[in-house]
Amino acid sequence: MGPQFLVHNSADTVGVVVVEDVRKGQSLTGLVMDSEDSVTLKALDDIPLGHKIALKKIKNNETVVKYGHDIGRAVAPIALGRHVHVHNVKTKRW
Amino acid sequence: MTRRVSAKSATSRRGATKVRPGGALSFMGYRRENGRVGVRNHVIALPVDDLSNAACEAVANNIKGVLAIPHSYGRLQFGADLELHFRTMIGTGTNPNVAAVVVIGIEPGWTKRIVDGIRASGKPCEGFAIEGNGDLQTIAAASRKAKEFLQKASEAQRELCKAEDLWVAVKCGESDTTSGLAANPTVGNFIDKVDAVGMTTCFGETSELTGAEQVCASRAANDKVRKKFLKTWSDYNDMILANKTNDLSDSQPTKGNIAGGLTTIEEKAFGNLEKIGRKARFVDVLDDGETPAQGPGLYFMNTSSAAAECVTLQAAAGFAVHLFPTGQGNVIGNPIIPVIKLTGNPRTVRLMSEHIDLDVSDILRGKMNFHKAGDALIEITMRVANGRLTCAEALGHREYTLTKLYRSA
Repeated sequence: MGPQFLVHNSADTVGVVVVEDVRKGQSLTGLVMDSEDSVTLKALDDIPLGHKIALKKIKNNETVVKYGHDIGRAVAPIALGRHVHVHNVKTKRW
Repeated sequence: MTRRVSAKSATSRRGATKVRPGGALSFMGYRRENGRVGVRNHVIALPVDDLSNAACEAVANNIKGVLAIPHSYGRLQFGADLELHFRTMIGTGTNPNVAAVVVIGIEPGWTKRIVDGIRASGKPCEGFAIEGNGDLQTIAAASRKAKEFLQKASEAQRELCKAEDLWVAVKCGESDTTSGLAANPTVGNFIDKVDAVGMTTCFGETSELTGAEQVCASRAANDKVRKKFLKTWSDYNDMILANKTNDLSDSQPTKGNIAGGLTTIEEKAFGNLEKIGRKARFVDVLDDGETPAQGPGLYFMNTSSAAAECVTLQAAAGFAVHLFPTGQGNVIGNPIIPVIKLTGNPRTVRLMSEHIDLDVSDILRGKMNFHKAGDALIEITMRVANGRLTCAEALGHREYTLTKLYRSA
């Protein structure tokens, strides 16, 4: 079976769910694309295909990292395994 | 695993296409009077202005096979905005996918300016003005000329052409996180491979590099180009800052982007940038619709990130094929250039298959690497260059949208 989530870069604090219908409480296996390492964690929310999952505990106002780069800031504390999206992350630009 | 390069990846050969990634690529194209090569053989009826759309559509209705290209502007424009209008009209007529052009305008002055611009390429082009003649006389005269052009164009033969004869533009749309994981890096792999064999390519979407602008700037071929890019990006960003009424979270990322999991402009920008690969460096920064003049290589064009506006400008600059990676399923086409769609989103493949020319969703399943996906994209691109109709062509998508810099007088 292929990975259930993918991580672009070893430095990333979020991964992307690449299968449909990930449910709260489900154990997931992910692949880190640059290192080819495997990661496992438990989803704390239902997460749709293409949406992000937190790979570590992210503090309020902390920078979120994807592609090894800054993609915005958390606007709420985010626990490992939670759904990461517009409800808890905002742009730093506009 | 997805980034590992497989040395034994299969090479495809179909019809007249010879694909040896990193080696020789050839295709059968139409060589035009100015030496540029087209992959389609359109005869178009091009309106100078919105008022002349009806006459152009009547000509296309009279002469079967002539394509009218209606649009919304061309009156009372001035300054840089007017120059962009002329550049887009002349560029559209000059594109090598076009065999000949009938231009119709409300008055003769601007009509002649566009006709002269297109004729400078050596292409057959004739202009008609409506004032003093009325629609019916104009349509009759323009239809006779369009018939002559069409019959002549129908005798044009494709000839063997090389990779460096093909100009390919790229732009992504209705992106989601799968775009940055699969479809965009597939385009990036394509760019790295064709750049090495002297193809001319182009990316744009200025506002959509926001957050990744410094990383993009580091891909400029030299310091002069790097500074030109950062100035272009900064000017565009200043325009957004001056006009915005919120954080743009209702428009950039789009509602579709957000539904697909993209959260911020920064995240979208890094995914977007995957389209230019790992090695290629851009050799110049082009103004909207400006034709490349620095020889083969990758170019950045200052464009809006709206799909039809960007593709229309790239076509006006002379690009003959477009690669369009999508996540959630943008359906765009263009009247004169084939738009090839690819997606890595398995849901989009399942729900919108009629729009997808290349499915790279196996990348997400860990069953396809970027090298193999890039080769598959080269193969479908060369097949389309040889004449295969894209999904957008078959479905009749002909979005032609002009970029306007400010209000008309």
